[in-house]
Amino acid sequence: MSRQRDKAPEGQPLLDVQNLRIEATIYEPGEPPRDAVIVDDVSFSLPRGKVLGLIGESGAGKSTIGLAALAYGRGGIRLTGGAIRLNGRDIRAARPGELRRLRGEEVTYVAQSAAAAFNPARRLMDQVTEATLVHGLMSEREAKARAVELFRVLKLPDPESFGRRYPHQVSGGQLQRAMTAMALCPKPDLVIFDEPTTALDVTTQIDVLAAIKNAIAETGVAALYITHDLAVVAQVSDDIMVLRHGKMVEYGPVQQIIEAPREEYTRALVSVRQIDHVEAPPSPEPLMVLQGITARYGSMTSDVLSDVSVDLHAGQTLALVGESGSGKSTVARVITGLLPPRAGTVRFEGRDLTPALKNRPREDLRQIQMIYQMADVAMNPRQTVRTIIGRPLEFYFGLRGRKRDQRVQELLDAIELGKGFADRYPAELSGGQKQRVCIARALAADPKLIICDEVTSALDPLVADGILKLLLDLQKREQVAYLFITHDIATVRAIADSIAVMYQGRVQRYGTKTQVLSPPFDDYTDLLLSSVPEMKLGWLEHVLATRKMESAGN
Amino acid sequence: MMHPILTLLVQRIALSLLLLLAVSVVIFVGTEILPGDVARVILGQGAPEQAVENLRAQMGLDRPATVRYFEWLFNALQGDFGVALSNRRDIATAIGQRLGNTMFLAAVAAAFAVPLAIFLGLLAVRYQNRWPDRLISGVTLTAISLPEFLLGYVIMYVFAVQLGWFPSVSSVHGGMSFWQKLNAVALPAMVLTLVVLAHMMRMTRAAILNVMQSAYIETAELKGLRKLTLIFRHAMPNAIAPIVNVVMINLAYLVVGVVVIEVVFVYPGMGQYLVDHVSRRDVPVVQACGLIFATVYIGLNLVADLVSILTNPRLRHPK
Repeated sequence: MSRQRDKAPEGQPLLDVQNLRIEATIYEPGEPPRDAVIVDDVSFSLPRGKVLGLIGESGAGKSTIGLAALAYGRGGIRLTGGAIRLNGRDIRAARPGELRRLRGEEVTYVAQSAAAAFNPARRLMDQVTEATLVHGLMSEREAKARAVELFRVLKLPDPESFGRRYPHQVSGGQLQRAMTAMALCPKPDLVIFDEPTTALDVTTQIDVLAAIKNAIAETGVAALYITHDLAVVAQVSDDIMVLRHGKMVEYGPVQQIIEAPREEYTRALVSVRQIDHVEAPPSPEPLMVLQGITARYGSMTSDVLSDVSVDLHAGQTLALVGESGSGKSTVARVITGLLPPRAGTVRFEGRDLTPALKNRPREDLRQIQMIYQMADVAMNPRQTVRTIIGRPLEFYFGLRGRKRDQRVQELLDAIELGKGFADRYPAELSGGQKQRVCIARALAADPKLIICDEVTSALDPLVADGILKLLLDLQKREQVAYLFITHDIATVRAIADSIAVMYQGRVQRYGTKTQVLSPPFDDYTDLLLSSVPEMKLGWLEHVLATRKMESAGN
Repeated sequence: MMHPILTLLVQRIALSLLLLLAVSVVIFVGTEILPGDVARVILGQGAPEQAVENLRAQMGLDRPATVRYFEWLFNALQGDFGVALSNRRDIATAIGQRLGNTMFLAAVAAAFAVPLAIFLGLLAVRYQNRWPDRLISGVTLTAISLPEFLLGYVIMYVFAVQLGWFPSVSSVHGGMSFWQKLNAVALPAMVLTLVVLAHMMRMTRAAILNVMQSAYIETAELKGLRKLTLIFRHAMPNAIAPIVNVVMINLAYLVVGVVVIEVVFVYPGMGQYLVDHVSRRDVPVVQACGLIFATVYIGLNLVADLVSILTNPRLRHPK
């Protein structure tokens, strides 16, 4: 009982966007509401069965453009100009009933966080087949059969019974693939993929990416693929559009964009993460020695960390690498004393640190500082930058008044923010600036060790690059050591002197950067290294054909 | 190993029983420390000391409080609340009929109010910040802001005096059929519905609006679902726990807090019975009513707890 759908006439593109303009009303505290242009004069066209990659930093308007293909605007976003023609008709002028038919039947959407995009109270099968059934595209039996078929194509475990589970009963990578199945189930003409792999571990990302690419090829659907990672989009797209501040920077075939970018900004995106950092040799006397650390939380019955032993040398960087759940952050909690270990010791400057935070002398607290992944939540939103950075100065050194302000300004200069930032609130800073303030706060204590927990993961690539360069620069000047926790191998290459690869609570591989990153690899390290997307066409196929083991998520 | 949800349910039920026991202690101690001596109240101020002593011994009041507490508790558990001091009638029998009346009125009011409140809440979300939402909020908030007795008299004037549809005095007795009873309680049930509607409606609206912020609502919207289908299928299941909570609190109010309405409509329910006996210092009746009201409150809240546990898919279907 499938319904006849209006098809675009032969030779016409499926989706044709001309001079699209999108505006939103912005409500900033303390200011009257004002209209801002989110997307300005963007045009592109997408033929049936092709994939267009939209790429840019956060705030570039990628998602907004993607949702415009569904004639949908989040919050106060309005489509104010231009034409969006889908299957030969302008959908900007569509009536509500027509819009409902378009959504879920002709165009579907895959969100960044599948964990949030699935209704926790309903079974996966109900949600995957819902759009198909609501629009009367198939009988319930047909829809379920198609869903099972898609589960199979997307390599989900146990496809026959997978749909009976609830969202919380499957892993993040599986949920992301289930969302793809949900989008493909009604046999749409176009799927919007909005950063579908960004929230995943790199080892999971590669499988989801392969599954999506495979599913696109098998169903012949057209897609808009939105991401901030050029290396990822290069694997699945036919064309790429580079966006910045809501405007088009460059638009062309994927090969041209990757291999011969014309614009300066595109070149910067292509060459991102190519910081050259020469590793320093280990010193005879390490700054910190972790010896046989074993730890678990509360009433858990198994250890999160077992027998972790690593050294960290003064003025150098040790990178802890691994996927989520491998115990990286737990190591940081043990070092800072937030989680006293069950066995093992933390030696710092030749003496044992007290296991529990509350018993540590203030001097020990000062020597070890932390920077977090989420800079926003690591700062009090009601304090100014001056108060935030000034606090450790007062607490550890008793600096007050003019002296304190002077030192705050020195620190702001050190993180390249300069004058005029001291009186701002965190909400008035960009993501990168917030992270810089957090760095300054850590530096204010004049520590010997800074623990950096995924400090660049939430940032756009170019901004992240800036942060990494700053950290390296500060290390050279202040001789501070970093324990750098990350899941991103590219970041590790850029900053580490030695590396510890963690897998299921154990140190899988440990040594200097050169040792760890040179073959022969153990299976897990091989998987981890090979899963990092490279800015090369055909990389995905090559890796899938040559890697030694599959990720734990499968 | 028990299913984790079963463990939770058993825990909750045990906790409620413990709470009820604690309440019984509070009720007993509370009436115990009230000034005034029951024997003297019965015999009057001028009675000779010896007569009062005799009566105390006869009623067992000279025994230690703990003994009397456990005796009272065990009797109450078997449905024996003793006799009323003021008229020497068996409390359980007297309460039995009145509790039945109160429950009937509460049930009728709830049968209208709960579905209506949830439906209006859904409607208010569907037309959020548009005129239907404002109208619903306006009317229900006006109803809740008026004193109950005023609302009662206005409704009585309109429907009983002017239109003559329903009786103005809601007297019920054992010989009436269900429909006759329904006719008799129509007006008080109407007033109660208006009184509890706003609270439940506003909470339903707030709970659903809260869920409407979730990403999965956007997913559903992008599937092309109608707004009301979307609210019903995707928002409601995740808003059940808070809605059930407020519904249960209001149901408890319908049983426990309807004194004014009972007086206005001369309805033979628990509220009037309690008020009568409080004024006569009839301690056993006050204790019995207190215990029954506490049981209703704790029982309904237990139901709310159980529902919110049972509707949580994470608890129902563990990994």
